Amino acid sequence: MLMRLKLRNNFKATTNIFRAPQHKGISTYNVAVAGLTSEQHEFREAVSSFVDKELSPRAAQIDKDNEFPNDMWKKFGDMGLLGITVAQKYGGLGQGYLEHCIAMEQISRGSGSVGLSYGAHSNLCVNQIHRNGNEQQKEKYLPKLISGDHVGALAMSEPGSGSDVVSMRLKAERKGDKYILNGNKFWITNGPDADVLVVYAKTDMSAGPKGITAFIIEKGFKGFSTHQKLDKLGMRGSNTCELVFENCEVPVENVLGDVGKGVYVLMSGLEYERLVLAAGPLGLMQAALDITVDYVHTRKQFGKAIGEFQLIQGKLADMYTKLNASRAYTYAVARACDDGHASNKDCAGVILYSAERATEVALDAIQCLGGNGYINDYPTGRILRDAKLYEIGAGTSEIRRMLIGREFNKEFSH
Amino acid sequence: MSNLRILVGVKRVIDYAVKVRVNRAQTGVEVANVKHSINPFDEIGVEEAIRIRERFAKAKSPTSVEIVAVSCGPPKSQEVLRTALAMGADRAIHVEYGKDNEQNTIEPLVVAKLFNEIVKKEQPGLVIMGKQAIDDDSGQCGQILAGLMDVSQATNVSKLDVEPMEAPKTLTTMCEIDGGMETLKCELPAVVTTDLRLNEPRFVSLPNLVKAKKKPINKLTPADLGIDIVSKLETLKVNEPPVRKAGIKVESVDELLDKLRNEAKVI
Repeated sequence: MLMRLKLRNNFKATTNIFRAPQHKGISTYNVAVAGLTSEQHEFREAVSSFVDKELSPRAAQIDKDNEFPNDMWKKFGDMGLLGITVAQKYGGLGQGYLEHCIAMEQISRGSGSVGLSYGAHSNLCVNQIHRNGNEQQKEKYLPKLISGDHVGALAMSEPGSGSDVVSMRLKAERKGDKYILNGNKFWITNGPDADVLVVYAKTDMSAGPKGITAFIIEKGFKGFSTHQKLDKLGMRGSNTCELVFENCEVPVENVLGDVGKGVYVLMSGLEYERLVLAAGPLGLMQAALDITVDYVHTRKQFGKAIGEFQLIQGKLADMYTKLNASRAYTYAVARACDDGHASNKDCAGVILYSAERATEVALDAIQCLGGNGYINDYPTGRILRDAKLYEIGAGTSEIRRMLIGREFNKEFSH
Repeated sequence: MSNLRILVGVKRVIDYAVKVRVNRAQTGVEVANVKHSINPFDEIGVEEAIRIRERFAKAKSPTSVEIVAVSCGPPKSQEVLRTALAMGADRAIHVEYGKDNEQNTIEPLVVAKLFNEIVKKEQPGLVIMGKQAIDDDSGQCGQILAGLMDVSQATNVSKLDVEPMEAPKTLTTMCEIDGGMETLKCELPAVVTTDLRLNEPRFVSLPNLVKAKKKPINKLTPADLGIDIVSKLETLKVNEPPVRKAGIKVESVDELLDKLRNEAKVI
């Protein structure tokens, strides 16, 4: 009991640093190493100050309540964050995937769960509609999604179809000028809040991948409903649920892309999804490192700052290099995508690498903070729980490794 | 239709949240790889200029307001000018001297002289500056500039009013003083320096940041303006301030009095 009390007192003495970060300026983000142009640097600074003011102070509460702060959507919209890769005529910014990664990284630095919801909205939903939608669909759906009046989601997984996504069983049957959808989708990020959802379904149950078609679903469509919110280990506040389609009526003009061509929409979308979501772990690692560097130089044991002990120095060095290697790879692939060289192998590679590093870095952060790292008044535990998701969501690490290996196999197959 | 031109000074300084460190050579503070941003008081100045323009537009004033942001400093000072442009300034002037990643100190008198030359060219109706920059805390530029221009000045203002009429002739300001609030009415042109409570600056939104790239930044050198920037002062050495010792707890008022009397010798 005495030990515990002591720990509490210690925490009280140091906690203010994290509530109102005095030293947020010693962020370990190395601008020169990141290789940003001056415009990208200013872009990053703008998002960063927005996050420090509007999001970071709320992150702990969002995690605790497991509630998404719905006022954030409008704030994101006003800031211009929701359509970074979308053409200006639909209200977007007309920027590239690197800028989108920078934004995703900064938002995730503030709150991992809000970052995940942001990624699902701005990339999975908005970018997919922008890439695959026809003029009518883009004009109808994009402006409100980009202004933050509407929330977007994408639905791929089902209770029985996770990694084996092509085995999906959500059925879409054409009846006149409508499709009738029956089945379920599971683990859908933003599901409880979404107004507009990109949903993959089977228009031909016997045609395998060629039977998949993508649809744009509106929350109000007859026969569409959602089940209760899932209680997750981390990413709390990023609302996730099951979607239920019971004779859900979808007008034919809401087919996204071509009938039977949904698998191309899905697979090409997954490349950009993996790239942009790979910036989530970057932000989480940055948050973990910033907290740790500060803490180990404040916390004293045996008469000196614990950061001066070699075992802690070793951890700092590992955390820092893991973050920078992950960031350099992610930014490089983002630049390549912006130059028109999207690569399945590397989009899987960046999220595989950065996700696993983020879990390691979060664990190291907890270790460096010792007893304080293990209590929920400090953010390190939340960062760990949030980081773990990225080894599972948007394809598990196992699937990502398989994808990369298979790309090599293809090169030797003829 | 007349035009009210507002000149706003913006300085690039080490970000307020950074823990400032003296450099190894003890010639100044470490500036390389340190986060910099717009001086907070200057940011308030830009915001105020934008609000004046908005008030004029809302009142359908026949006078249009033009905002020109001015910065003196190394190449990277362009960053704060672009911030000002993204917030809403119409154009910018950059008086470039010195190098990035080095401490480039020029004295307040020199800055005021550079501004005075720009004022002669631009003929602004109002100059807004921060009451001080948070790096050297000199707090002199605005006052010296008003002296050089030989116009009225209102310093440390927490409220600023220019009536959105045709070709306004005066402005009214309020500033916090020890006994309460002081209201000043002065003739235009004038120099105003901003205090913290004047307003809360807006965020730079990303669409405005993208648009700001198209706004012009006019680059000048001190030589173009005919001003010698060589410092008259020599810095001998820069030291960290002494570390404050932790206080102690006393058990009683008597003990406190005893310590104040016999140890601190203040009573």
